Amino acid sequence: MMKVELNVNGKPVTADVPENTLLVHLLREHLRLTGTHVGCDTAQCGACTVIANGRSIKSCNVLAAQMQGAQITTIEGVAAADGTPHPLQAAFNDCHGLQCGYCTPGMVMSAIDLLAHNKNASQAEIREQLEGNFCRCTGYQNIVKAVQQAQKTMTA
Amino acid sequence: MYAFTFERPATLADAAKLAKAGGKLLAGGQTLLASMKLRLAAPEQLIDLGGIRELAGIRKEGNRLVIGAMTRHADVAESKEVQTAIPALAELAARIGDKQVRAMGTLGGSLANNDPAADYPAAALALGATLVTTQREITADDFFQGLFVTALNESELITAVRWPIPKRAAYIKFPQPASRFALIGVFVAQTDGGVRVAVTGGGNGVFRHAELERALDKSFTPAAVADVKTDASELNGDLHGSAEYRAHLIGVMAQRAVAKAVG
Ligand SMILES: Cc1cc2nc3c(=O)[nH]c(=O)nc-3n(C[C@H](O)[C@H](O)[C@H](O)COP(=O)(O)OP(=O)(O)OC[C@H]3O[C@@H](n4cnc5c(N)ncnc54)[C@H](O)[C@@H]3O)c2cc1C
Ligand code: FES
Ligand code: FES
Repeated sequence: MMKVELNVNGKPVTADVPENTLLVHLLREHLRLTGTHVGCDTAQCGACTVIANGRSIKSCNVLAAQMQGAQITTIEGVAAADGTPHPLQAAFNDCHGLQCGYCTPGMVMSAIDLLAHNKNASQAEIREQLEGNFCRCTGYQNIVKAVQQAQKTMTA
Repeated sequence: MYAFTFERPATLADAAKLAKAGGKLLAGGQTLLASMKLRLAAPEQLIDLGGIRELAGIRKEGNRLVIGAMTRHADVAESKEVQTAIPALAELAARIGDKQVRAMGTLGGSLANNDPAADYPAAALALGATLVTTQREITADDFFQGLFVTALNESELITAVRWPIPKRAAYIKFPQPASRFALIGVFVAQTDGGVRVAVTGGGNGVFRHAELERALDKSFTPAAVADVKTDASELNGDLHGSAEYRAHLIGVMAQRAVAKAVG
C-alpha cells in the first residue's frame, strides 16, 4: 500500500492504495467519481481522459502513484458551482454530440484541453486533436460541431 | 494488474542506485504499463523518474540542443527553442500518437524502448544525436541495435540527448491510421558532416539509408531520390502493409521530406 496525495476537482485528496492502482481506479473505485469511463484499458479509446496539471491524459494508462501532487480535473469538476454545465457540456447537449454517452466524458475533457491550448482551432485541427478519443455511435460530425459551438460561446 | 513495489526517487543518484539493485525504470509509462498489463514485462519494482527535476528540460548549448530524458513529447512540440533551432524535431514530437499520449510520453522512454516504428529514433539517427547516460555518452549510430534492442545495459539511465543543429532537416511519416506509429517515416538532415537519412517503420528497427544519403549528398532535391530503390527483402511486412509497399513508401516519404526541408 502507498499514500498518494493529490488534488481532484479542487479538493485535496489523500488515498491509501495498492501500488498497482491505475489513476482511473483511484478515481472510480476509491473516490467514486464514476463519470470517468473505461472503454478499452489499453490507451486507445480515450473514454478515461482526465486533465492532469493542465493537460489531458488517459487515466487507464497512468498509475495513481505517478500523479503524486498532481492537480486532476474530471468530468465531475467542470460544471459551475451552481450546476450550470460547462460550455462544452452545453454544446454537446445542444448539438446532439452524443448518443449512448459512453465516450462523452472523455470527449469533453479532451475538448477542454484542446480549446485551452488552441482556442481558435480550425475544424481540421479539432478533428486532429480529438484523434485520441473514439466514438462508436455518432460518426463524429456532431461532436466536432459541438466543439465549434463551444468555441464560439467561450471566446464571445 | 499484478502486484509490484513502487519507488519515486528525488535524485538521479538514488534512481541509479535503485536501477542497479534491479528495479525497472518508469518514465511516462505509455509503453511500459501496457506491456505490464499484458505481462510482456513483469518487473517487481518500478522506479518512477517523474520526481527527478534535473531530468526534464530543454536548453541550447552552442550549436546544440540538449533535451532532458524526462521531457514530455508535448513539451518538445511546444518549445519555442526547439521550434526555432530544429523545427523538424518539434513537428515530429507533435505527431507522436495523440495528445493524451504526448502529455505523458517522454524522449528517454521512446529512445530506450526503440520500437521499430517509433518516431524519435529516426530523428536521433538522422541528426547524429548523442545520448548521455549515467555511465557514458553513446552516439545514435551505436545506440540502436535492432528490434527493441539498444546499447543500454540493465542499470543504465538516459539522462539527456544532445542534438546538433542541422542546416536543414525534415521528417515525414506515413502514419498507421489507428496508432499513428510510422508505417514508414523518413528523416532527412543536411548536417555539417553531410546528408544523413534515417528510416523507421521498416520492421527491424531504425536504420540509415546509404543510397538515399549518397544521392542527396550530390543534389539535395526531391528529384535526386526519385529513382532510388529500396530492397524489400531487407524490410518486414505485416497486416498493415507488405515489405514491398513499405519499400515503395520509403522513396515517396524521402521525396516529400526533402521537398519540405528545402521548401
Ligand atoms: C496510443 C499510443 C500511440 C502511440 N503512438 C506513437 C507514435 O505515433 N510514435 C511513437 O514514436 N510512439 C508512439 N507511442 C509510444 C509513446 O511515444 C511512448 O510514450 C514511448 O514509446 C515510451 O515513452 P514513455 O516515456 O511512456 O516510457 P515508458 O513506457 O515509461 O518506458 C519505456 C521503456 O523505456 C525504459 N526507460 C524509460 N525512461 C528511461 C531512461 N531515462 N533511461 C533508460 N531507460 C528508460 C523503461 O524502463 C521501459 O523499458 C504511442 C503510445 C500509445 C499508448
Ligand atoms: S479506457 Fe483508457 S484509453 Fe480506453
Ligand atoms: S456516444 Fe456512444 S460511444 Fe460516443
